[in-house]
Amino acid sequence: MVAVKRVVDYAVKIRVKPDKSGVETQNVKMSMNPFCEIALEEALKIKESGLAKEVVAVSMGPSNCVDTLRTGLAMGADRAIHVEASRDLVPLTVAKLLKKLVEIENPGLLILGKQAIDDDCNQTGQMIAGLLGWPQGTFASKVVLDKEKQVATVDREVDGGLETLCLDLPAVITTDLRLNQPRYATLPNIMKAKSKPIKKFTLEELNVEIKSDLEVVQVTEPPKRKAGVILSSVDELIDKLKNEAHVI
Amino acid sequence: MQRIIAASSLCSKILRKERQRALFSSSSLLFDDTQLQFKQSVRQFAHENIAPHASKIDQSNSFPKEVNLWKLMGDFNLHGITAPEEYGGLGLGYLYHCIAMEEISRASGSVGLSYGAHSNLCINQLVRNGSAAQKEKYLPKLISGEHVGALAMSEPNAGSDVVSMKCKADRVDGGYLLNGNKMWCTNGPSAQTLVVYAKTDVTAGSKGITAFIIEKGMPGYSTAQKLDKLGMRGSDTCELVFENCFVPEENVLGKEGKGVYVLMSGLDLERLVLSAGPIGIMQACLDVVLPYIRERSQFGRPIGEFQLIQGKVADMYTSLQSSRSYVYSVARDCDSGRVDPKDCAGVILSAAERATQVALQAIQCLGGNGYVNEYATGRLLRDAKLYEIGAGTSEIRRMVIGRELFKQHSSNQAALLVNLSASEVEVGRRGTVENKARLDGSYKAKSLSNQTASSWKSTPAKGFHMEWCQSFGNRWFMES
Repeated sequence: MVAVKRVVDYAVKIRVKPDKSGVETQNVKMSMNPFCEIALEEALKIKESGLAKEVVAVSMGPSNCVDTLRTGLAMGADRAIHVEASRDLVPLTVAKLLKKLVEIENPGLLILGKQAIDDDCNQTGQMIAGLLGWPQGTFASKVVLDKEKQVATVDREVDGGLETLCLDLPAVITTDLRLNQPRYATLPNIMKAKSKPIKKFTLEELNVEIKSDLEVVQVTEPPKRKAGVILSSVDELIDKLKNEAHVI
Repeated sequence: MQRIIAASSLCSKILRKERQRALFSSSSLLFDDTQLQFKQSVRQFAHENIAPHASKIDQSNSFPKEVNLWKLMGDFNLHGITAPEEYGGLGLGYLYHCIAMEEISRASGSVGLSYGAHSNLCINQLVRNGSAAQKEKYLPKLISGEHVGALAMSEPNAGSDVVSMKCKADRVDGGYLLNGNKMWCTNGPSAQTLVVYAKTDVTAGSKGITAFIIEKGMPGYSTAQKLDKLGMRGSDTCELVFENCFVPEENVLGKEGKGVYVLMSGLDLERLVLSAGPIGIMQACLDVVLPYIRERSQFGRPIGEFQLIQGKVADMYTSLQSSRSYVYSVARDCDSGRVDPKDCAGVILSAAERATQVALQAIQCLGGNGYVNEYATGRLLRDAKLYEIGAGTSEIRRMVIGRELFKQHSSNQAALLVNLSASEVEVGRRGTVENKARLDGSYKAKSLSNQTASSWKSTPAKGFHMEWCQSFGNRWFMES
């Protein structure tokens, strides 16, 4: 099972809404989160190597999520699940919803992107692993499955370098940039995707409440870089550091 | 903070930002979700595989040597969009073909034209008119991109007056002997399979034309010099020479003497698909101009803030969007079986002329830089101009449309109200119209006879075509 998220396209120049409540998303190009694409690509590779029977793409949000799911189907996923939710979902809610879906679908492996490029939370994968009690291999840069032993060997990109973990399946893997290169959706597959099923669930059906513990207070652009100042002497530098920047 | 931007770094900045700026190009008012995905997919393919070579293709007047673009496009299933799946095609309609044509033309006008000639003029003609054996023999390699296709009808002395062609096909034992020349054949130098029109009966005017399938290597068939063209450089065009070229019986496309139906009906669809070419070029103009007017500053502001520039860009945009709407609406109609020669000629007439104007404005927006070949705008203009000439010059297209309108609105009877809307067609005039569903096969036209007016409705599932009587004869066929 692969969880995918519909986000503002990575190449678009982001603008903040005038009321500072968030980022402008109207009339802006949206597409699948790049890390989710990598996750889906990995799932497809696993299926093509014969180690998996089926790839199911999942997305949560308003009805336009279906676009992203169709892209996933066009890349090669077999079917899709759409959880209808009208508001923005925080990672914890997403994780709880995923837990319910996992209980229904029983996948052998849950793959997600490490983070979404709109909120950069990097939490959903870790949370769902915690809720399910499954082992997790996050920031994966290489995944090797062994079906007989039912383990996954995951190379993780960590601050110190590469860490290799061996996870018992079922497990949660979150993908990092260097794991693979997502494929193009080929034209025949785009046409075939039209007939692949997308199952809809509502929040009530899954019995999950949206409780927002977090409230977005304000969204602003980072302050514009000010021009540098060329100083004429060391004394001036010390003076500025002391009296303007207050660092000494 | 003011930045001084040198010309070359501005150019590379534009190329980097191209991806960003191009994002608002798709019109969701025209396409549904699947079509948008299709468009986006071809866009990505063209941007990554064709666009990087565009400038070099133009400069060197040939396709790149280090990659085989035909094979790449074949692998991406681009050639056989309208061909049946059993031969490797996608079995889709003209709408999808136009979408692909637009995006490829956007990346490179030359590649777009060659692609159009290969996939529509050659492959689609074989799909529509070929026998099962002919399709089996030629389509698979053409669709995979292993073979290149072309079509030849014009001659050095028969351009607009294509029916006056002199290339002869004399009947001999087992086939025909072709003698003559063909001119301005796109893909001629590299094509392995060509559809060639020749006269089996020089006295019969239009009814003496037969279509043949020629293979490269047939003794007596050769290609002459590659033409050195103003634009569409790299889309190889040449003269074909036939000297007692023997063509076997089984290579007749359609029926002997019926070549003109193959030619004329093919022309309508050729014009439709090729009209997506200038759309792509107009889009490419916007892709270059929009980032440039943000980057380029004069008088302390980006030039995009000046009204005159904004006016130009607005004109470019509305030309593009309106032409695009026309093209895709007609494509939808053709997919439903309603092929109207007026509209097929109309789309390429309007799209081509607007594309030239848009390209001129693009050069103007870039000012001095627009005049420098390092920028794409010069190439875009030179490429756009071709579309006013090929597939019937603008003059011929005007003649086709005007004459049709004149004929249809005949004098003292009820005016012809042919409202080709999606759900119903009302005909109130002298004559009856046959209603048949024909999406492939030859397309014929017959005039109205003196019968009582009748009105009828047709559902989108059924197409219709009108048969024009033989008495219009040569005058109807005197067009290309």
